[in-house]
Parts: sequence; C-alpha cells; structure tokens
Amino acid sequence: MSLAMSPIAADARLRLGLRAGLAIFVLLLGIMPLLNLLPVTNPLHVSDFLVSITGKWICYAILALSLDLAWGYAGILSLGHGAFFALGGYAMGMHLMRMIGPRGVYGHPVLPDFMVFLGYQELPWYWLGFGSFPFAMLMVVLVPGALALIVGFLSFRSRITGVYLSILTQAMTFALMLAFFRNDMGFGGNNGFTDFKELLGFALNTSGARAGLFYASLIALVLSFLICLRLTRSKYGRVLTAIRDAESRVRFLGYNTTSHKLFAFVLSAMLAGVAGALYVPQVGIINPGEFSPANSIEAVIWVAVGGRGTLVGAVLGAFTVNGLKTWLTSAAPDLWLFVLGGLFVAVTLFLPKGLIGLIKGRGR
Amino acid sequence: MSEGRRLYLDGVSVVFDGFRALNNLSLIVEPGELRSVIGPNGAGKTTMMDVITGKTRPTAGKVLFGETDLTRMDEAGIANLGIGRKFQKPTMFDALTVFENLELALKAPRGPIACLRWKLNGEARTRIEQTMAEIGLTERAQDLAGILSHGQRQWLEIGMLLMQDPELLLVDEPVAGMTDSETEHTAALLVRIAGKRSVVVVEHDLEFVRALGRRVTVLCDGSVLSEGSIDHVQNDQRVIEVYLGR
Repeated sequence: MSLAMSPIAADARLRLGLRAGLAIFVLLLGIMPLLNLLPVTNPLHVSDFLVSITGKWICYAILALSLDLAWGYAGILSLGHGAFFALGGYAMGMHLMRMIGPRGVYGHPVLPDFMVFLGYQELPWYWLGFGSFPFAMLMVVLVPGALALIVGFLSFRSRITGVYLSILTQAMTFALMLAFFRNDMGFGGNNGFTDFKELLGFALNTSGARAGLFYASLIALVLSFLICLRLTRSKYGRVLTAIRDAESRVRFLGYNTTSHKLFAFVLSAMLAGVAGALYVPQVGIINPGEFSPANSIEAVIWVAVGGRGTLVGAVLGAFTVNGLKTWLTSAAPDLWLFVLGGLFVAVTLFLPKGLIGLIKGRGR
Repeated sequence: MSEGRRLYLDGVSVVFDGFRALNNLSLIVEPGELRSVIGPNGAGKTTMMDVITGKTRPTAGKVLFGETDLTRMDEAGIANLGIGRKFQKPTMFDALTVFENLELALKAPRGPIACLRWKLNGEARTRIEQTMAEIGLTERAQDLAGILSHGQRQWLEIGMLLMQDPELLLVDEPVAGMTDSETEHTAALLVRIAGKRSVVVVEHDLEFVRALGRRVTVLCDGSVLSEGSIDHVQNDQRVIEVYLGR
C-alpha cells in the first residue's frame, strides 16, 4: 500500500522469513523418525531418546501456542493452562487404561488395576464410554473446554482481569491437583495411570508406535499453528489485541468482550487438551503432578522467552527452553530452577518481546 | 429528523462515597440537535457521559434514549443501540494501524464468529477511506495508531466514532491539544454531522463552543445551572459567578 520498504513491508518480509524458518524446522522434525531407522553406526542416526524427547517437546509447543493465544493475543495471563493439558492427558489416559483390558496385574477383564486394588466392584459412571476412541478424543477437547467455559464465563463476566485472573487460574490448577491426588476420585490417586499397552490396536512399546505418535503430534502442531494463524490474522484477532490493550474501549465500540475472551479461552483450553492427550501415550504416564502450578508457570516462561503475541515465538520458546532444560538437568541438575527463574527475569527486563523481538531487532 | 430518538435524563443522581457527582440532573437532547455542555472542573460533565454510556450506574433517576432505559444496559449494548463516545483522553488501539482501528469501529456484526468470518469488502473499504480522507489521515493508513501525534489521535477517535454510524455522539473535549486551524475544522465537522445525528459536546474552550453556535448547557455541582444560547449563558449572572468570572 505504501513504499516498498516501509516498516510494515519490512515486517511482512520478516514474518515470511520466520514462517519459512518454521517450515524448514517442521521438515527437519519430520525426518527425525526416519533417521532413527538408520543403523546406529550411521553418523546421521538419531537416537530413540532424541526422538521420544522431541515428541514431548512438540506437545509442549502446542501448549505454548494455546497459551500464547490466550495471553499473547487476548491478554488473559493464565497460570493454570497446565490444568487443561493435564485434563486432556487424563482423558487419553482413561482410554489407554480401558485398552489394557485383562492384561493388568490383577487380570480383571474390565477394571483397571488401581480400581481392583481399591476394591471397586464396577466402573464408575464417568468412566463409561472411554473404551471408545472417538468418545475419548471428544472428551480430550470437551472436558478442558467446559472447564474453561465455566471459569472463563464467571471471571470475565465479573470483569476479573490481570493479576486476579492469574491467581484464580493458578488456584484452579492447584485445586484440581489436590482433587486428583485423592484415591476416591477414581483417577488412580497419586499414582495416576501408567502401564499402558496399546492405542488403536498398536502396541505402544514399539518404535513404529513411537513414530506414529511423533507424526500425530507434529500434524497437530501444524494444524494448531494454522488455526491460530487464521484466528489472529482475522478481524477477530485484532479485536483480541484491542481487548488486550484497552478492554473498556472495545466495549464502548459495542463489542461484548466477555464473549470474545471466552471464545479464545475455550479454544485455547481445547488446544492444550489435545497437547496433553498426545503427550501421555508418549511418556507412558499421567499423574496429578501434571496439575502442579509450577508446570503452568513453566509454560508461561516458554512463551515469554520465545516472544508472546507471535505464534512462531511460542513454538520457538517451547523448544528452546525445554532443550535447555534437558541439557542442564543432566549437566548441572541443581542449577535448572535458578536458570529458569533467571531466564524469566532476564527476558522480562531485557527482552520484553522475547527471542523473536531479538530477531526482529536484527532484521530491521 | 423527527425519526430519531431523543435523549432524556430525568433527575439523575450519582453519589460516590457521599460525594454527589450528579445531583438531580435533567436534560433533553432532541434528535439531530448539537448541544454544547460546559462547566467548571468537577461539574459532572464526564460523569454525565459515563452514565449515558453505561460506565457508571446512576444512584437515582432515569436515562431514556427514545423508549429504551439505558440504566439497565451494559456498555456494549448501549453502543450497539447507536450511542458513540469519544473520550477526553483519546483512546484507541496503539498496536493496530489507523486503518485497522477504523475497521474495528465500523458498524458490522460484533460477535466472535462474525469477526472471524469478516471479509473487508469494497463498500467497507470505501467507507473507511472516505472517513480517513475526512479526518485527514489517508497518508497514515498503514501507520500504527501508537505513533500518531496528539491532534491526529483526536481525529482518529472522531473517525472511529463516525465509523460506528451512531445516532447520538458524545464528544468529550474534542479540541484539546489541537491547533487553531484543526479546531476550526473540527467545529465545521461537528456542525455538519449534527442534523443527521444528535451530538453532545463537552468542552472547556469557549471560543470553540461559540464557533459551534448552538444551544449551550452549563453544569455546576452536578446539575444544570443555565441553558440557552452562548450569549445568554455568558450574560447569566450565576454563570459568571461560578465559572466565567473565575
């Protein structure tokens, strides 16, 4: 519309460059399981460990995207997004538990081991249906979505924003953690679910299943990115940005900001649920520790480090911080939490726009 | 003009912690009328706007727009009813461009799904471009609102108000920070807008009010002190005492 190298045009080129970088990154991820098939002696061989940990990081990247949609665009700083992730994970875990069938330690045809151990006579009503994969997948998005709808509706309608909303979401995930620790909730108490056997007929402990889950996660990441891109590039995305920066002004323009925020928050929770559902079969366990407030805060740090309000930034942050974590927790395990905290302080003080801001600064 | 709705404030009081910001205020703005509201600081001008736009609930009294009781509605509902507001401190979305700010204000379905599906068609683009020409910001279409000068921000907010296509415009200190020629331009614009729409202007600048040349209401301590032409109120002894004489 204006001169060729106006800031807007430069910005667009940079954005294009970032997207191209992301596409190359996704392609590189895509060939990892293939390189895993090469003989160990081949220099291009990728270890099982690296494939499985990358699969986890892809799920974290989806969680980061979902959080970025809520925080970076709509200004809803959720410190409880781990709860939506964990609920999606539990929904998947319930399906995986049902798929164990009579292969449990106690050999009960229907009941999972922990229920036999706790003296359950029959499956609790809320476990019904989880034997069906489509039903379980529906619950993966509906349960986190419903929780976000209730929490979001009550708080947005009462105009709870900023730090109060953050504390509220933090309390939400903490309360869920305590609830899921209880044995009589029927979700396995502090042991959670583990010893999964199969998914969709595939044994989970094979490299083929690992590759399948890896690709499923990668596809989910690309789809989530495209959904978020479609949303944020539309007028709806600009309404969210406007709400983030001056919510009351948006109301005076005639927008019902409650419904706009609710839409973003619920969608974000659903994406987080999908991330959790893909995560659980890859790590082979889900327990109430996933609800830990620290997990949610870590996710916020990924997004902050990468650059909130940019989709590429969220993905970048999730991979960078988790890569750093994996390296540091083996190199100097005692240091990690200090580094994480220091990283957050440093990013807040020196890189308010995250790594993406750094790249953009260079690009100009 | 007769098809428009009239704004009727009937005995409106607002009490904040014992302080009466509005005290039994009654006011009628006819359809198509351009009304100036003046008064010393703390007279209740901005509170009056807050009550009309749903930001503040009155402690007592009625606010009717046509047949509709505004005191039962929220900000978004009142805005959609056709009441637009320009704030004393120009407020817009700094992270969006001039064009995008106007596009958000443009009258169109306001729900999340409608916004998601929104496509800028030729008609909408033309309206935005016309408004940008009217407010003199055509050259700045793709600039972020955050980098505009104060006067340009005032203009952009007036532009956003026009995009909403409201029946009643509430304009709080539109010429603060404007140069003389910009002030003149604004006065001409507001006079042009009135007639098709009702306009209520709150202003400190008496020269500007004189330039508007219409009915003036003087507020003091939360109620109407005097009402009439600018010459009438300027010669009103009570007005001179509380306001002009200072």
